[in-house]
Amino acid sequence: MSDQYGAAPLRPFRFLLVLALPFVLSACDSPLLFPGGDIAARQRDMLLIATGLMLIIILPVIFMSLYFPWRYRASNKASSYDADWDHSTKLELVIWTVPLMIIIVLGAVTWVGTHLLDPYRPLDEITTSEGVALDEEPLEVQVVALNWKWLFVYPQYGVASVNELAAPVNRPIRFHLTAESVMNAFYIPTLAGMIYSMPGMETKLHAVMNEPGVFDGFASHYNGAGFSDMHFKFYSQDEGDFEAWIENLKGSDQALDTQSYLDLAKPTEGFPVTYYSSVQDDLYKRILGMCVRPGKLCMQEVMMIDAGKAEPGRDVTIDQLKYETYDLDQFGHGGADEGHGDEPQGATAPATNREPHSDESGGQEPAGEGTAAPPQLNAE
Amino acid sequence: MLGNLDLTRLIFGRLTLDSIPYHEPILVGTFAVVALGGLALVAALTHYRLWGYLWNEWFTSVDHKRIGIMYIVLAIVMLLRGFADALMMRAQQAMAFNGSEGFLPSHHYDQVFTAHGTIMIFFVAMPLIVGIMNIVVPLQIGARDVAFPFLNNFSFWMTAGGVALIMLSLFLGEFARTGWLAFPPLSDASNSPGVGVDYYIWGLQIAGVGTLLSGVNFLATIVKMRAPGMTMMRMPIFTWTALCTNVLVVASFPVLTAVLTLLSLDRYVGTHFFTNDLGGNSMMYFNLIWIWGHPEVYILILPAFGVFSEVTSTFSGKRLFGYTSMVYATVVITILAYLVWLHHFFTMGNGASVNSFFGITTMIISIPTGAKIFNWLFTMYRGRVRFEVPMLWTIAFLVTFTLGGMTGVLLAVPPVDFVVHNSLFLVAHFHNVIIGGVLFGMFAAINYWFPKAFGFKLDPFWGKVSFWFWVIGFYFAFMPLYVLGLMGVTRRLREFDDPSLQIWFVIAAFGAVLIAIGIAAFLVQIFVSVRRRDELADTTGDPWDGRTLEWATSSPPPHYNFAFTPMVHGLDAYTDMKRRGFSRPMEGFRPIHMPRNTGAGVIIAGLATVCGFAMIWYIWWLAALSFVALIAAAIAHTFNYDRDYYIPAEEVAASERTFADALAARS
Repeated sequence: MSDQYGAAPLRPFRFLLVLALPFVLSACDSPLLFPGGDIAARQRDMLLIATGLMLIIILPVIFMSLYFPWRYRASNKASSYDADWDHSTKLELVIWTVPLMIIIVLGAVTWVGTHLLDPYRPLDEITTSEGVALDEEPLEVQVVALNWKWLFVYPQYGVASVNELAAPVNRPIRFHLTAESVMNAFYIPTLAGMIYSMPGMETKLHAVMNEPGVFDGFASHYNGAGFSDMHFKFYSQDEGDFEAWIENLKGSDQALDTQSYLDLAKPTEGFPVTYYSSVQDDLYKRILGMCVRPGKLCMQEVMMIDAGKAEPGRDVTIDQLKYETYDLDQFGHGGADEGHGDEPQGATAPATNREPHSDESGGQEPAGEGTAAPPQLNAE
Repeated sequence: MLGNLDLTRLIFGRLTLDSIPYHEPILVGTFAVVALGGLALVAALTHYRLWGYLWNEWFTSVDHKRIGIMYIVLAIVMLLRGFADALMMRAQQAMAFNGSEGFLPSHHYDQVFTAHGTIMIFFVAMPLIVGIMNIVVPLQIGARDVAFPFLNNFSFWMTAGGVALIMLSLFLGEFARTGWLAFPPLSDASNSPGVGVDYYIWGLQIAGVGTLLSGVNFLATIVKMRAPGMTMMRMPIFTWTALCTNVLVVASFPVLTAVLTLLSLDRYVGTHFFTNDLGGNSMMYFNLIWIWGHPEVYILILPAFGVFSEVTSTFSGKRLFGYTSMVYATVVITILAYLVWLHHFFTMGNGASVNSFFGITTMIISIPTGAKIFNWLFTMYRGRVRFEVPMLWTIAFLVTFTLGGMTGVLLAVPPVDFVVHNSLFLVAHFHNVIIGGVLFGMFAAINYWFPKAFGFKLDPFWGKVSFWFWVIGFYFAFMPLYVLGLMGVTRRLREFDDPSLQIWFVIAAFGAVLIAIGIAAFLVQIFVSVRRRDELADTTGDPWDGRTLEWATSSPPPHYNFAFTPMVHGLDAYTDMKRRGFSRPMEGFRPIHMPRNTGAGVIIAGLATVCGFAMIWYIWWLAALSFVALIAAAIAHTFNYDRDYYIPAEEVAASERTFADALAARS
């Protein structure tokens, strides 16, 4: 009966439901709302708790915003009108205390949640679910954001990969992150929230994956021309598959040492997945210290000198402190490198006869070596 | 260095013919349109012999009402530019799927999103609020002009100088490709050696001087020039919010000036404040720029709050509910605005206690803001709400801004921010509050005060068309971005791999088209209103049954605003006057002392712009010359003693009589 009289008139429009389907399906795809890692799941819970707390006040406000003007519209002479009514202590008390109460609760949740989910804090029973191997040594991954690709070093295995990351399910992961030249953010939505990676500095992130699968990771802080292409696949694997993956890396014929790192660091876009069977021992430490190039003084040493703990009487030249980066500005840069020596500083891309969005790297070191002025002032 | 001494380089710096982007069809097309439009405008002005009128009555004017109008015209022109950028981004993102690169290479796309952000904040939102404050504040407090009328003119021209540089970057060289806050190390000399970041720096520095000076000006005006009887707690709410906004301007814009100066030192003389090497640290830039940047958000939204207070109270025919708590809420927001900057980079590796502190201070701001929203709601309660266009904008604001506030508090919770930071969720949030708050507020303000500024109302039909397209377009354009953000899509991407995302970008692009129609309808509204100005004329000076002093004088007000300085006895001064049967005095006029127009503002700001241009292109001789000329012109201006004049009593009497006759003819 009800179908016959109630829903029948709507039946011709039922096809509209099909239109809604892709939206519903794509929402289920969301790595934020349905994450595979405990940390991301708890961050999602915080999102839901905070949303719920705020809806307590948001919904009535939106209702009143629409109801009051309609109810007291000028044409509705039946409603009461009081031109001078402008104060009510009781109401004032309510409109200040109700938001205050909600913020007190939310503030408490925030304080606790922020401390528990601090990316620097090692995982424990509170932040992980059952089945996570907390007693196992965490997987160490050293992450370097290069222009425009990700380098992952596995110090426990002595291997490294570019633009591909893997980790065993349920084993805690400890990321150490730095960057080669500009600010970056490292983000695998299904695993945990993002964290910046910055040149000369190290940030940390603790996380764990609870289910196997292939997920997306990417740079989430704009960092120049190759930004859109700076993503990678994250493989969450069972222990056996992960061991096989490591073995596969070990079978690579490439080794990551000073020279191959400096080559790798040249700006490129859409760099292919690359494996390195071995990694020079202190390479990550030197990347972090911005002293991969021979003859540079590492940040760690500079800090020792600053702290007064270095050996006395050492000579430090200014060139040792000058970090040399590759030219990111492939499109309209000045005559810094030899091939385009006559190119004017302000020339725009096509005028230089070079393809925009090319993989051509700046290559040469910037001019201005040995002077105080930035390179473009000493061009030619 | 001596090896570089060839003549062209000495004369033109790094400016060459190659700096003109004649290989980019989009830019050449834009240039053709701008050039033809500009030529047509110049020809029309010359044909109708309007140059003298423009120069004497507008460009050199120190009248706050005219300066306000010039600010708003500037903002609307820049809105078209900034919105064109938005359309290009929406089109690019809707197209660049399935291996397609879209139509913008990264060199161009990265400039487009940088320019969009910079222009919309600095050259649309700021001129709109400064323009509205210019028109309204002196009238609301019963003053004849601002405290420093020449400075006001100079501030406007400095803002226009910044605009000129930003617009020039379109056709000469390039704009920054760093995002609208130009974070180093990406923006430093080694990573962005071109002219783009220099355009950004000098455009903002020159406009920033204007903004800072106008902040000083309004502070002095509001503190010192209120009509007798107008105590602080009798000031109209819009004036209160203007006061707080200018406190924020005066205290935060110097930080922007300083941080951009440090960045330019890094770029020009090789210092190492924010570089990677030699002890520099870019995290300092993040802190400094947001110590300016967060108060900036409240600089924009507080005046909009003020507008909504005036509009709600007027169109509900009722006193504002909870005036005192409204004032305190505004002051609390002003103070808290300085304590939240770190929430822009929770993900930079700060400790948990630091993050929680800044997260909680951010949430606390929602308490006074919430109180304000309730106050507007209870102002409508037991009122007689008239659905004129400004009121429609206000209702749309209440709904939209509440949503944006909610997502804002979500972003203030650090663990939540970790997953949606830098994502399209964030982009949706700040457009939600800046469009839903600031822009809706400015459209309410323009519709509300237009009759005061020009003497006729804006056409309500086209106003409603514009309103509906804007509001519906907004929801279509930004709700999909919330969804995309929750699916983990980050901002500023130029191309996408996942085809299932495309539908959301297409919906967002459709929303942008609706907004484009809304903007077009707004322009049509102005055009239609000018043609129908006799029908829409406001002879009473009080078209909306207003409550504050600006409605006590004619529309448009005479140069001197008020023949007699009004006496204020309470809140809602004009309502009070009307109730007491106020009658306009028709005799006893005295000569009125007024400031004289001067071209010094145009000249000094013009020289500053030339200096900025020369610095951008390394044309050192021109930079030095224009800087010396700038100082000389400023000193020369101090010897100009012919700065004021008296409007004779007879002239005042005559113009007051005209107004009185018009009033009498009406009744």
